[in-house]
Amino acid sequence: MKKQRQPIKEATILFASDSGDGSQTIGTQMTEASAIAGNDVATLPDYPAEIRAPAGSLAGISGFQLRFSSSTIHTPGDICDVLVAMNPAALRVNIDKLKPNGILIVNIDNFAPRNLRLAGYSSNPLEDGALTQFQVIPVELTRLTREALKDTGLTQREIDRCKNFYALGMVCWMYNRPMDYAFQWLKEKFATKPQYIEANTLALKAGNIYSEATEQFATSYEVKPAKFAPGKYRNIEGNMATALGLVAASQKSGLQLVYGSYPITPASTILHELARYRNFGVKTMQMEDEIAAVGVAIGAAFSGALGVTGSSGPGIALKAEAINLAMIAELPLVVCNIQRAGPSTGMPTKTEQADLLQMFYGRNGESPLPIIAASRPSDCFETVYEACRIAIKYMTPVIFMSDLYIGFGAEPWLIPKVSDLPTIDVDFPTDTNGFEPYLRDKTTLARPWAIPGTPGLEHRIGGLEKADISGNVSYDPDNHENMVHLRAEKVARVANDIPPTEIFGESNGELLVLSWGGTYGAVRTAVENKQTEGGSVSHVHLRYLNPLPKDLGEVMNHFNRVLIPELNIGQLRLLIRSEYLVDAVGLNKIQGQPFHIFEVESRIDELLRGDV
Amino acid sequence: MRTKTSIPIPGAVPTLTRKDFTSDQDVRWCPGCGDYSILAQTQRILPDLGIPKEDFVFISGIGCSSRFPYYMNTYGFHTIHGRAPTIAAGVKTANPDLSVWVITGDGDALSIGGNHFIHLMRRNLDINVLLFNNRIYGLTKGQYSPTSEQGKKTYSTPMGSIDNPFNPISLALASGATFVARSLDRDPEHLRNIIKAAFEHQGTSFVEIYQNCNVYNDGAFFMYTEKATKAENTVFLEHGEPLVFGKDNDKGICLNGFKPEVVSLTGGTYSNENLITHDQFAEDRTLAYFLSRMTEVPGLPHPIGIFRSVEHPCYEGMMTEQINTAKEQMGEGDLEALLNAGDTWVVE
Repeated sequence: MKKQRQPIKEATILFASDSGDGSQTIGTQMTEASAIAGNDVATLPDYPAEIRAPAGSLAGISGFQLRFSSSTIHTPGDICDVLVAMNPAALRVNIDKLKPNGILIVNIDNFAPRNLRLAGYSSNPLEDGALTQFQVIPVELTRLTREALKDTGLTQREIDRCKNFYALGMVCWMYNRPMDYAFQWLKEKFATKPQYIEANTLALKAGNIYSEATEQFATSYEVKPAKFAPGKYRNIEGNMATALGLVAASQKSGLQLVYGSYPITPASTILHELARYRNFGVKTMQMEDEIAAVGVAIGAAFSGALGVTGSSGPGIALKAEAINLAMIAELPLVVCNIQRAGPSTGMPTKTEQADLLQMFYGRNGESPLPIIAASRPSDCFETVYEACRIAIKYMTPVIFMSDLYIGFGAEPWLIPKVSDLPTIDVDFPTDTNGFEPYLRDKTTLARPWAIPGTPGLEHRIGGLEKADISGNVSYDPDNHENMVHLRAEKVARVANDIPPTEIFGESNGELLVLSWGGTYGAVRTAVENKQTEGGSVSHVHLRYLNPLPKDLGEVMNHFNRVLIPELNIGQLRLLIRSEYLVDAVGLNKIQGQPFHIFEVESRIDELLRGDV
Repeated sequence: MRTKTSIPIPGAVPTLTRKDFTSDQDVRWCPGCGDYSILAQTQRILPDLGIPKEDFVFISGIGCSSRFPYYMNTYGFHTIHGRAPTIAAGVKTANPDLSVWVITGDGDALSIGGNHFIHLMRRNLDINVLLFNNRIYGLTKGQYSPTSEQGKKTYSTPMGSIDNPFNPISLALASGATFVARSLDRDPEHLRNIIKAAFEHQGTSFVEIYQNCNVYNDGAFFMYTEKATKAENTVFLEHGEPLVFGKDNDKGICLNGFKPEVVSLTGGTYSNENLITHDQFAEDRTLAYFLSRMTEVPGLPHPIGIFRSVEHPCYEGMMTEQINTAKEQMGEGDLEALLNAGDTWVVE
């Protein structure tokens, strides 16, 4: 049979299976292969909190969505071209994400009555006409894998674990992806278990050959490389970029990095990553709880290290009192909040950006802190690096915000040159002449970072109100008021140190879309699309949330309306309205899922039409 | 980064006096408080420890005792309630050359900070913990504490407290502390010796100090600290010595099965050979634990002194070792290489 090869602009694939059955693995493989082939890529892993829910149940389905494109993309895609469903539950959970006429590959060996019952199907959707709007490709994936691997000497259980690579082989054929990356990965992954290298390699090839041979696939697709700025790239997840940003700040400042943490989804992978960097002098400390985790970071900062703690909303709530201690003690500290859906335990494996007001106001007393947020996986590197720079320069805790969506998501990253990173100057005073622990720098209002071990600079700090300059305990009413204003002014002056607002599009017009954090991709794409259609819409994406850029009020003045899309019920909107008296409107989604591009587009349309 | 050896070089440090360790801040404990003595003994012993003043760091939580760092002319950090062990752990891990001290009370260490306390003990950082136990909340004005005896009538428990108290020594031992001792605010010489021994021990040193709160719990420990009753109600632990006590050294402690018992040494039935011989260096914690339980049995004297002192590797030392090992195995970290690691591709 003569098969066609059809060039396409981009594709979105969703791999879905029982958690632990390898969807994340093959999703990552396909991502790397696509990135190396020169496509722009964006991914969205979506997995349950349960490590292994009962096999075949709806609760246990793990998904990995990958979009690769021949042009620049900012999101993992609204809707999928291909769904690989390894069982009925995976089908049921994800079928709504497949576009009409999309390709649905199912492992029919898993569609026995018991599997269907577990997924809540009263009849088999492959037979009852429920899937007629899709191109269904039923594959005996289990049987074919067993057949291909029958001579490997592995047990049936071991063989069955290779069927994800059989599926990967099929998808590689569909998109003309070389499999070299996966071969190499298997060699490294199973270096001590050569029988698994052989088996998975066989499964991969068998899946590929099957697709070439079977009449089920008439067409394969080709996505040409995207145009990137010249340079060296790697694919990177947000949390990995955060970890690297911290190591970079440690190296550039010459400060040892002490990272205190307590395991919590979705922040734990930062701890895992940093724990591998002992040869960079990185001291990771897994502590007994969230409070201890921030405590060691504060202690390390007092000693003259770069103290960092990382967690998610519930953990940050526990750290609040200690963050406030660092605030009044005026010690540099970086607090990473990788947000997840709240409140309380909420939905730990789902994304949200509803901790903004917690970061602004979740501490007792007047406690302003610089707050900055990353916009996409690769941006985590630069943003957390910037958090470290501000913390050290201004002697203050800084909140770095990310979220599950960008923390776990991945995209190509233009690797920066170390020499191009901003310098981070550290000044540990040693001169005893005129030393006062709260004598401030005239420009930044930072107090001196005099560290234990320095002769003659012995002093005491703490959570009680400080007398200006001397730092002694003070209950003086005027001093307290003065200190509250001084601390606020210090944070406000960070605004002198940040770049002017970048406007994407015209600097005046009908509508300004103002966003922050992990919604960047969907919002930027929606605005781009609307601009292409001629809509009078521009986009500003904020990295600096506190203080806000000094020119932001002026920027907003040049638009008739301001739209603030957020994955919360309007937290930035509340801040913008109160700060600028701007009648901003919102687009708010609280479903534990990122924005779809079309959701933002239709809101823009409504506003441009003047419907609302 | 500063490089300094953690072992003091005798004679390398200018001679210091108590005055060098006294800050310019007025001490604001109630007149007659046991804290004054502990402060004075600490300031008196520090010059003898042979390390420069700038290398001392005193870290406290919240409570009367936690004001202590303000009165020491060293580096100090008055932190938040119960969390001093965590901040101290950060200080020590970041700079193992510092001499780090945690000043805490029964409420701070055992109530709000109970979790950090046990984990500090098991981690074995080289940190000295002085717990001022007065069995009452002083700063919040007289509520019962986690070491108050059951039935304690206070503002918050007018009909008597109904929870059981912690035994701080038992808790520290059970948590794996490598140095555990008890001393008395009203026995200056003993207190100084114990503070010195705590300093000299490499690893977490825990010292419970019976401390009198003359406002809210006056005389809680007088039976053990005052001249008239002290000898009959305390037994001073000395390594290698039998447990003998009493005004005329006429009583001893022997083990009857699992129960420590008081026996008379004057009747001819018992002699020193029958008594428990104290072994503070025993790796096994059982004997130390038996001794710690003596305070729970009415009629038995309270042991004062070092219950346990064993050398285990310190957390911060093992951290440094891991870093050295990693550098040996992988080479000193190279940032450029790290950023460019993994699968990369070049766009021309």
